[in-house]
Amino acid sequence: MLERIGVSSLDDLYADVPADFIYKGEYDLPSAMSEQQVRDFFEGLAAKNTRLKVFVGQGAYDHYVPSVIPYITSRSEFLTAYTPYQCEISQGTLRYIFEWQTMICRLTGLDCANASMYDGPTAAAEAVRMCVASTKKRNSVIVSARLLPHVIETIRTYAKYAGINIVVTEKVAEEVAEGVLDLAGVIVPSINRFGIIESHLGLADLVHDKGALLVEYCDPSALAVVKTPAEWGADIAVGDGQSLGIPLCFGGPYVGFMACRESLMRKLPGRIVGQTTDASGKRCYVLTLQAREQHIRREKATSNICSNESLMALWCTVYLSLMGPEGMRKLNALCYEGSHYLHDALLATGKFERVFEGEFLKEFSLKPKCDVLKMQQALLDAGFFAGLQTEDGYVTFCVTEKHTLEELDRIVEIVKSI
Amino acid sequence: MKYYDKLIFELSKPGRIGYSLPDSFGLACEAVAQAGPCRPRLGRGGTTPVVGSEEIGFFCDPAKKTDSCDVAPGEQPRGKAGIWREASLDLPEVSEVDVVRHYTNLSQMNFGVDTGFYPLGSCTMKYNPKINEEIANMPAFTGLHPLQPESTTRGALEIYVGMDKALAAITGMKHFTFLPCAGAHGELTGLMLMREYHMSRGDLARTKVIVPDSAHGTNPASAAVCGLEIVVVKSRENGLVDVEALKPLLGPDIAGIMMTNPNTLGLFERDIKEIAKLVHDCGGLLYYDGANMNPLLGMVRPGDMGFDIMHLNLHKTFSTPHGGGGPGAGPVGVSDKVLPFLHIPRVSGFHGNFGIILRAYAYILMLGREHVKMAGKLATLGANYIKESLKDCYKLPIPTVCKHEFVFDGLLEDNGVTTLDVAKRLLDYGFHAPTIYFPLLFHQAIMIEPTETESLETLDAFIAVMRKIAEEAKADPEMLHGAPHCTPIGRPDETTAARQPILKYD
Repeated sequence: MLERIGVSSLDDLYADVPADFIYKGEYDLPSAMSEQQVRDFFEGLAAKNTRLKVFVGQGAYDHYVPSVIPYITSRSEFLTAYTPYQCEISQGTLRYIFEWQTMICRLTGLDCANASMYDGPTAAAEAVRMCVASTKKRNSVIVSARLLPHVIETIRTYAKYAGINIVVTEKVAEEVAEGVLDLAGVIVPSINRFGIIESHLGLADLVHDKGALLVEYCDPSALAVVKTPAEWGADIAVGDGQSLGIPLCFGGPYVGFMACRESLMRKLPGRIVGQTTDASGKRCYVLTLQAREQHIRREKATSNICSNESLMALWCTVYLSLMGPEGMRKLNALCYEGSHYLHDALLATGKFERVFEGEFLKEFSLKPKCDVLKMQQALLDAGFFAGLQTEDGYVTFCVTEKHTLEELDRIVEIVKSI
Repeated sequence: MKYYDKLIFELSKPGRIGYSLPDSFGLACEAVAQAGPCRPRLGRGGTTPVVGSEEIGFFCDPAKKTDSCDVAPGEQPRGKAGIWREASLDLPEVSEVDVVRHYTNLSQMNFGVDTGFYPLGSCTMKYNPKINEEIANMPAFTGLHPLQPESTTRGALEIYVGMDKALAAITGMKHFTFLPCAGAHGELTGLMLMREYHMSRGDLARTKVIVPDSAHGTNPASAAVCGLEIVVVKSRENGLVDVEALKPLLGPDIAGIMMTNPNTLGLFERDIKEIAKLVHDCGGLLYYDGANMNPLLGMVRPGDMGFDIMHLNLHKTFSTPHGGGGPGAGPVGVSDKVLPFLHIPRVSGFHGNFGIILRAYAYILMLGREHVKMAGKLATLGANYIKESLKDCYKLPIPTVCKHEFVFDGLLEDNGVTTLDVAKRLLDYGFHAPTIYFPLLFHQAIMIEPTETESLETLDAFIAVMRKIAEEAKADPEMLHGAPHCTPIGRPDETTAARQPILKYD
């Protein structure tokens, strides 16, 4: 090989690199391991984690992962492919993205969806940018203080450098009515950080009267039963697909989604898959509307996103196919049943106070009247991650279909005992 | 590959199920028991309709009944007042075997690294070791909630510490943040750090960033998202950044420069020392786009070249699978100068793509300090070997030694055959196509990156096919215009797809 290239050593291939840049030291890395050694190494690390029964949500939900999903997503034709640039040999990827887009539209009630975003918080941040880009000479966005803290933080980060004015407020409607002059958009949660399903009745009209866009941040699993962004009149829906069968995995990889009204289609960030035909008339799928994207428009693109979370979108698509409409309803019914049972049983211990009015689905927050740290530790000692204290001083619980009545009773018992 | 026509929605039959759930918690609780299978739809519909969301989620009257199980579930109020979904949910109703067969059939229309050679330039499609998948799927890692107390996640945290140390050793940077989920996300994060650095010094006028004309499209796009103006610096005939053209661009308004080294033509920017000095002297910082780090793996450290901020694509250089377009991970490393700001940008939800970081760590541990020095060299060897083997059939605009990738500018004797035709014909022969029509410097660009995990036999087979296509171009250009001929579908009508978009199944 060297002979054909016309050099005498591998180092000659780096003759154009200034000599003092060639690293001559020993790399400060561990000595190479065999497969067995790597396995042992990670098993050692795994043993330093404590496996807990998770009764906390806050943006990452411990739903059951059907065994079909990892079986499908680990198929190497899906796993080891790149972005589907060559559509003739990528119909698998393109078709599941088309299915994902369809399912996101059906969950949110909106007209079009993109191929995925990094996670829910970045999708929210991109939606805020989209509001500003879609409304002329407007640069302020109202952000509900009841969104999850990490969603608000990510929005703030993106907005800070883009020069977008962010108004975080508890009183969204009031702020819309009289507060902000150059309002481009408003973002509110479908289910808020306290677990309460919010009513956005009348909000869309108020926002639209000001010439701005309404964005709703949603848990897509809950959208099977709670009012959809379209039903509330929202223009854009974003959220995290993690609740659709993606393991907790210490926070990632997850997948963000974004859907919008048709009028905003060409403002969407990221990849979009569309249906077309080939020369012989066969139905097929391609990356489309690419004139929005960075590889064509460079600095004029709607976003800089390139790699997204395609495989995690497959994860959710397989999940929703397995669950179907009835499975999703049943799942939510189980969450509702379990969470309300725990909620009432915890209140009955007298160690908490109820502070939030309104309906909840799987997650709820209470005001503690006991030593929270002691309670958390007692729960941890029994193998439960439950009753996380939020920055507002409340404690939060989440019950999913994975949990059992025995576990709920045990939690209540432990709380009683402290 | 066989053509399979179905969408999952077309397999749907009412009443068929693919899920397995317990019936209920078995609670005696009245309200729950009465409500039937659609309990949450019935819920407690009593929330007061108000404009906006102010009344919801606020402090309730403590005198009110608080035992929600005691409240009889009523029909939700009709119209907009209710909080429950009214529209039906149209998801597929299919059995488990329907789902498995459907997605297995879909997968068989896909080409991955495990299927064959994937010389996609700037994408570093190296083999993805299977042990990494197994490690990343260990329940002790996948079962961790991101907000669990530190005392229960020590193993996971050690992985971040270990990766930080390993990446610092490989790149010569001080420390990394692992929040970015992809390369472009890393670029954005890195530019945020660049801005933090200048802002901390009260140097607010630095609002422009220099990007070479050969840069990846994400560079200018990331700069724009970060609120920076883009100034393009031209390349010279030899494909390298024109230092003389750079000089007049430098001034008190320049935040920094984004460089890819080797650049997208696969050429090492040998003037980097002078460029670094010029940019630093004008008060700017140097950003390293790590998309092309692979040939420098084990050879050259960006930190030693004077870069202040960089990202790595763990899904390129560090062998994690691309997943059909993600998830990846784009950790960002910084020099001492930028270190104080590393914690500032909160660019994603929790701790970045932990599962990807795990895989990359396993890769680094198997490579170890013994083998790391061979990775980049072998990638460079393969690229130069293909380049030299094909330059008598394909136009090689820049004939010098390349690094991990290089660019042809179409066929030498094209006979009307375009780069697109060549790429599509490659699919017929069982190879993925190279990156085409990028970089923008050449109109018929074919950008080839073989990576170090390919054998000589694979490279020779690819070379033979590329030569054959060059022959076919002379003999039968029409046949090439119609390629591919052996794939599940032929060339799609992309114009109609964009003009009359169909983005979902109805």
